[in-house]
Amino acid sequence: MSGTVITITSGKGGVGKTTITANLASALALQGHKVAALDSDIGLRNLDVVMGLENRIVYDLIDVIEGRCRLRQAMIKDKRLPELYLIPAAQTRDKMAVSPSDMILVCDQLRQEVDYVVIDSPAGIERGFRNAVAPADRVIIVTNPEVSAVRDADRIIGLIEAEEKGPGQLIVNRIKPSMVARGDMLSIEDILDILAIDLLGVVPEDEAILVSTNRGTPVALNSTNSASASQAFRNIAQRLEGQEVPIMDLTATAGLLSRLRGWVGGRAN
Amino acid sequence: MNWLNKLLGRQESSSDVAKSRLQMVLTHDRSDITPGKVELIKDEIIEVIARHLEIERDSVVVNLTRSQKESRLVAEIPLRSNGRRR
Repeated sequence: MSGTVITITSGKGGVGKTTITANLASALALQGHKVAALDSDIGLRNLDVVMGLENRIVYDLIDVIEGRCRLRQAMIKDKRLPELYLIPAAQTRDKMAVSPSDMILVCDQLRQEVDYVVIDSPAGIERGFRNAVAPADRVIIVTNPEVSAVRDADRIIGLIEAEEKGPGQLIVNRIKPSMVARGDMLSIEDILDILAIDLLGVVPEDEAILVSTNRGTPVALNSTNSASASQAFRNIAQRLEGQEVPIMDLTATAGLLSRLRGWVGGRAN
Repeated sequence: MNWLNKLLGRQESSSDVAKSRLQMVLTHDRSDITPGKVELIKDEIIEVIARHLEIERDSVVVNLTRSQKESRLVAEIPLRSNGRRR
C-alpha cells in the first residue's frame, strides 16, 4: 500500500486551511479510507482543537522526527470514524525544528500506513510552507473571494510550480452567493480567470462551520449533516478520488430578491 | 453589464473593481516590474522619441499587460497633429 500525500496551503492566513484539512480528512475517512491528518504548523498548532482531539495528545510530529516515539504512537485515533488519525504539531517549538527532508521521511513512512495523508500547512511562504509542500503528491491551494487572498494564492501557485509540485488545484472558501449576485464579491469565474488554475471545489460561507469548530466536530464527520459546507466537503473528497461531481450550484441558494437587485443594480451574474 | 453601467452613469460594481485591481497588481507581481519602473521607462521613451518626432507628451501611455502566455510592455505614443504640411 502506498498512500497519497495531499498538502493544503494558501499563503495568506485565516482563509480556512485548517478547517478544510479537518473536513477533507474526515470526508475521505467517511468514504472508507484510512486517513492521517498532519498538522505542520509548528508552534501554532490548531488542527487538534478543530478536530476536537486536543485532550488526547501525548506525542507530536517533532517527537517522531527526533526519535522520541514511533510514528504509530503519535497517531491519535479519532474514535468517531474507523480509520481517521491526527498527528499533531509541537506547540513549544518553531518551524526550524523541522526540515523538508524530515517531512519527506515521515510521509514516506506514513504512506505505508494510510491511504491519504492530509497536511495542514502554516501561512506564509518560508520554511513552514516548504516543509508542508516537500512531501506532497498533490497540492491544494485555498483562497477566499477577496483581493488579498487571491493575490497570495497567485504567489503560492508560482512557488509550487517552482518546487515542481504544480500545477495544484484550487478551493474557493467562504463564498457568499448573495454578495456575488449583487456584484459585491469576486465570483468563481473571476477568480479562475485571474489565477488560471484547475478548480477542485467551492465552499460556501456557512455558520455551521463555526458551530462545529466550537464543538470540535468537523461538519464533514457526519454523513447526515445537512449544512451546505458539509456537502461541499464531501463533494471535494469524491473529486479527489477521481469521481466526476459537478460544482455545487450556489446561485440557486442566493435569495431571489438579491438576485433581482443584482440584476437591476447593473450586474447579472 | 459594464457598458450598461457606463451608459446609465452607474458606479462600477465593487467586484469589477476588485478584479481589475487584482489583474493590475498581479501583472506587476509576476513580472517583478514595479509601477515606478514603468514610469521611468515611459519618461525615457518620451525623451528618445521626442528627439526625432513631435509627440503629445502628456498623452503617452505605457502599460504592462499580461495574457495567459506572455507579458508585454505596450506603449502608445500619439504624434502631434499639426495639419497638412505646407
